Amino acid sequence: MYGENKLPKLIYKGAEAEIYLENWCGSTAVRKTRLPKPYRVPQLDATIRRARTAHEANLMHEARKLGVPVPAIQHIDPEESSFVMDYVNGPTLKDELYTVASETRRKRCNLLGRMVAWIHEGGIVHGDLTISNVLCADGKLFLIDFGLGDFSTELEDRGVDLLLLSRAMKSTHTKFHEEIFASFLDGYSAEVGKNQRVEAVNKMREIERRGRYFERA
Amino acid sequence: MYCLGIESTAHTFGASVVTEQGRILSDVRDVYVSAPGTGIHPREAAEHHSLVAAEVVSRSLGKAGVKASQLAGIAIALGPGLGPCLRVGATVARSIASFYHTPLIPVNHAIGHIEIGTLTTGANDPLVVLVSGGHTAIAAFSGGKWRIFGETEDITLGNLYDMFAREINLPSPAGPEIEKLAAKSENFIPLPYVVKGNDVSYSGLLTASLAKLRAGVSLEDVCYSMQEVSCSMLAEAVERSLAYTRKKEVLLTGGVAANRTLQKKLSDVAGLHDATPHVVKQAYTGDCGPQIAWTGMLALQSGVTIAIAESRVKPKWRLEDVDIVWRKQAS
Repeated sequence: MYGENKLPKLIYKGAEAEIYLENWCGSTAVRKTRLPKPYRVPQLDATIRRARTAHEANLMHEARKLGVPVPAIQHIDPEESSFVMDYVNGPTLKDELYTVASETRRKRCNLLGRMVAWIHEGGIVHGDLTISNVLCADGKLFLIDFGLGDFSTELEDRGVDLLLLSRAMKSTHTKFHEEIFASFLDGYSAEVGKNQRVEAVNKMREIERRGRYFERA
Repeated sequence: MYCLGIESTAHTFGASVVTEQGRILSDVRDVYVSAPGTGIHPREAAEHHSLVAAEVVSRSLGKAGVKASQLAGIAIALGPGLGPCLRVGATVARSIASFYHTPLIPVNHAIGHIEIGTLTTGANDPLVVLVSGGHTAIAAFSGGKWRIFGETEDITLGNLYDMFAREINLPSPAGPEIEKLAAKSENFIPLPYVVKGNDVSYSGLLTASLAKLRAGVSLEDVCYSMQEVSCSMLAEAVERSLAYTRKKEVLLTGGVAANRTLQKKLSDVAGLHDATPHVVKQAYTGDCGPQIAWTGMLALQSGVTIAIAESRVKPKWRLEDVDIVWRKQAS
């Protein structure tokens, strides 16, 4: 168990939420808490945080039902705008890709392609698909952070998923980003078929030309 | 060195003279006012502009103490805006440029809002929040262009207020009036709050606000709640963009920048991310000549001019399509 006496411990702080490691019913778990915002009146703020917490937990649960590894939800606390989920103890795919051999790299990205295809086919889009939002553990890949996700079958939303992933690969793994994104697309098209892959990639290029999702330093 | 700028994209006909140091020597405007309960009628606004154009331009030159023959360039807002209105300003600018053999400089009105914002605040590399009747956009400078990071998916923040006001017979632009009504209430009623990633959507909020009014909720309560929801939505979209781009300045500009609730909320957001909030100088929130004259001056100094024969108006000219040759990428 993770240094239990030091819990709860803040492990990540994003624009909308904080992620804590904590003890949950005798084991180490992760709590995601949406923070109050000073720019919303309290009544509005509470409503939004509560609704989004439930929405995200729901998306994660639905993704799990589609067979995609996602940390299991243990508990939802609407009043605190937080939920507790399994702790996946492993590196992000972003870090993992630095260390593994090229064949493993391709295998991992191929698997990620299949997983993303499953959620897309199941009517879910991730909304913030980057290699930092994929964890590696027990030989599996886990999708995390569905905070910007939605139930959607729109080509536009799928294109955004692909574009964000391609951008994330490009900005961190400059030497082999083409190779790993190709592996991802191989896995993706193995599940959705060639036509849908071509459609999604064309949409991704179109969105890219609008120039909105540019790379950060 | 002097540059004359002419603005006629919507309800305002304005003319201004600026120097290359960014001193605004004159700022003359004449605004077309529509009857309460109606919006801008493009043809009537254009008629208004053509009637006041000569006087506005000559007063602007007079106030600046500059003769037309001394001008180094004539900047004209070719878009985006209402076609009939744009054509009046363009015709005036072309005539002066042609008569005095002075270079004509094409200016994008939205870029004008950004440049007048950086000029009057000293902001260096900000995340720009452009809010007006025509725009609700979050932009950051990258690769020689202002890239749109987030924007409205339907109507703008200015539209929301103006269209709401039109239904209840208030004159437009209605932002200040709605702000006054909102200040009389602290009773929040739930209205649709729609943020999609970095984008906002206001059309549902407009429908719901009008429905609440018809259902008997007081005008003050509806104005307060609509203003709270609309400004908070934008603040959240800005927060996401700020976290993503890691910019250390936020610049609020455009007509709706005058709204104090919005100013406060964006200042709160900036505070959460250690960024400095800037608001364009109050006098230049609305459409005006200086935004065109100053942007024209910057463009002229980088050699941007346009032949009269090419100077067609562009009612749908998007700000991210403009090459910003005068601005350097902040390191």
